[in-house]
Amino acid sequence: MSSYTSQKPRSRVADMFQSKNAMGLMFMLPAAVFLICFLTYPLGLGVWLGFTDAKIGRDGVFIGLENYRYLWDDPVFWTSVFNTVVYTFVASVLKFVLGLWLAMILNENLPFKSFFRALVLLPWVVPTVLSALAFWWIFDAQFSIISWSLMQIGWIDGPINFLGDPTNARISVIAANVWRGIPFVAISLLAGLQTIPPSLQEAASLDGATSWQRFRLVTLPLLSPIIAVVMTFSVLFTFTDFQLIYVLTKGGPVNATHLMATLSFQRGIPGGQLGEGAAIAVAMIPFLLAAILFSFFGLQRRKWQQGGQD
Amino acid sequence: MTLNRRHFLTTSAGLVAATGLGGLGISPAFAQAAAPTYKPEEGASLRLLRWVPFVPGEEAAWLANTKKFTDATGVAVRIDKESWEDVRPKAAVAANIGSGPDMVMSWFDDPQQYPDKLLDLTELGEYLGGAHGGWYPGLEGYAKRDGKFIALPLCAIGNAIVYRDSHMKAAGFNEFPKDTAGFLELCKALQAKGTPAGFPHGKAVGDGNNYAHWLLWSHGGKMVDEAGNVVLNSPETLASVKYAQELYKTFIPGTESWQDVNNNRAFLAGQVSLTANGVSVYYAAIKDPSMKEIAEDMRSVNLPIGPVGESVELHQASTLSVFKHTKYPEAAKAYLQFMYQADNMNSWIEGASAYCCQPLKAFADNPVWTSNPIHAAYAKASGSLRPNGYAGPLGTASAATMADYVLVDMYATAVTGQMSPEDAIAQAERRAQRYYRV
Repeated sequence: MSSYTSQKPRSRVADMFQSKNAMGLMFMLPAAVFLICFLTYPLGLGVWLGFTDAKIGRDGVFIGLENYRYLWDDPVFWTSVFNTVVYTFVASVLKFVLGLWLAMILNENLPFKSFFRALVLLPWVVPTVLSALAFWWIFDAQFSIISWSLMQIGWIDGPINFLGDPTNARISVIAANVWRGIPFVAISLLAGLQTIPPSLQEAASLDGATSWQRFRLVTLPLLSPIIAVVMTFSVLFTFTDFQLIYVLTKGGPVNATHLMATLSFQRGIPGGQLGEGAAIAVAMIPFLLAAILFSFFGLQRRKWQQGGQD
Repeated sequence: MTLNRRHFLTTSAGLVAATGLGGLGISPAFAQAAAPTYKPEEGASLRLLRWVPFVPGEEAAWLANTKKFTDATGVAVRIDKESWEDVRPKAAVAANIGSGPDMVMSWFDDPQQYPDKLLDLTELGEYLGGAHGGWYPGLEGYAKRDGKFIALPLCAIGNAIVYRDSHMKAAGFNEFPKDTAGFLELCKALQAKGTPAGFPHGKAVGDGNNYAHWLLWSHGGKMVDEAGNVVLNSPETLASVKYAQELYKTFIPGTESWQDVNNNRAFLAGQVSLTANGVSVYYAAIKDPSMKEIAEDMRSVNLPIGPVGESVELHQASTLSVFKHTKYPEAAKAYLQFMYQADNMNSWIEGASAYCCQPLKAFADNPVWTSNPIHAAYAKASGSLRPNGYAGPLGTASAATMADYVLVDMYATAVTGQMSPEDAIAQAERRAQRYYRV
């Protein structure tokens, strides 16, 4: 006589809970839904709008590359591209150099070290609009404190036209952006500096390396992974800057400080030309991708990190 | 539901008609057109999207009138406020998706961007025009499309020159010049005395566009013709740019970067003696005891008349529209009719302290305009107003051309010497053609 034990069939739900793949999928689902709803869909919609003649309040029809063709012949658009590239490049380089310098100072054993480290973060903590408003006053054509101080000293006769002259305006907005962005770079690089074992520096010193050699051949290569990440973010933030320009100049004087982001807004929302505004925003993507690729593949070269010359 | 709401008749003319008084010959003066009567739908409630008020008294008067309407009809009206630059996208989205507020108080040519999404208000518009001395043509232009009212003109936010009387006199002028040539001489004299004028050449949405459009129109130039063809490149435009260059030489340095608030700040700080602004600059001065001297010395006057021979200005214009998607169109019309009743409209204009100029000619004798000499210049705003897309059709192209600062940039590039007047005009023409390309 043989015995037979009947086994209750497992439900599909139970099977699913037993499956690592299914569980993994389930755990990823909320994040995926979130990303699809709030990232992929808006991005896809933006790209689509760039191929339409959509206006605010009116659905558009597909017009292919017409928006891009018009932008190609639009001197204001090319001015904004030039401004964006200059703004991003100059501001990012300055933020990197000054941020690294600040990080190295803060990495030393200074009195009130923690206090200074906290203080450095202030420009980053202040909301951008508020700091932009402060700079608006600082750069005001009539009431600038800089102009006033220089006039008091007797170095200048009249106020400096900070935001009215194209070159001055570009320098001024870059200065404001650098002021605001340095803390992010400095504090992030400071964290990176603290991960470098002191023994490496000591060994290099014992080998007779000068302080510049120690910096160039020990500190910088070991810091490069974090530099890559920090500068990627810094470039992205700078390239897509909007608030600072919008408060300080709204893109003026005569579009001398219009960035692609501010031009996209001006054309898309107050101007009602959603399709064209979207096309300008989409035109930023190749530049952003190039910046990211440069940061990742350029700054993370393994040989360079190891002190080699490629 | 109250008996009051069921039988609500929103105007006195309506009452007259309903009670038969009209038939007895006891009719008010405006009985030339029968007042339409709108019976709010049962359970109706309304939402109005409006711009954030510039003057507290204006909002208070609007809310008081709204409350009266609600008390009389039982129709609750919710009023949502948005900063004035955000009204356009919000209203456009509401029109597009067919949901959101029932009515919108919008700017410039906004209703012309989605005319097919708006309720036809022709009956009410024509009645109100007939009953109250007629609409001002400039404001009416914003509200009408193909002969139909797609909105009701609400007001012009007046722009006028404000200046320091003592400084003008010190510069050798006993009265303010009425034409552009005399105005240039005054600005030169003010500059020579170290009390210069200043007008914004930066991206000032309101003041910058007001100044640029006045420069163009006062010299007979225009962006487009009646058919919407770009005709900016003309001898008249060239004359206006050359005039702007001369005027700019007399300004305080830095006006290329001025946004809307800069001219107020500079005027109230005594840095400039002459600029153009809404009446708000006067109220800012009288509120602050330290500016007593400036407030007492301040005068207002309309911008001078150019070679075109008449006073022509942009001003800011506002209209009221009802979306087709509203579930309560009758209630919305009743609300509008109520707000335009003489006593209600007058109390609102008065509350706005000369900030909002009447849309209908009958309200020109509102006591607010004579209550303070500084108000007088602002009383004429609706009369001198031209729609921003003059002389062509209003719509997305006219809105985009102004939003892209085409005219503002044209003058700024020329006056700062970045381009010759001819090149600046040619570039502006190209930019405008892109929007009027249809």
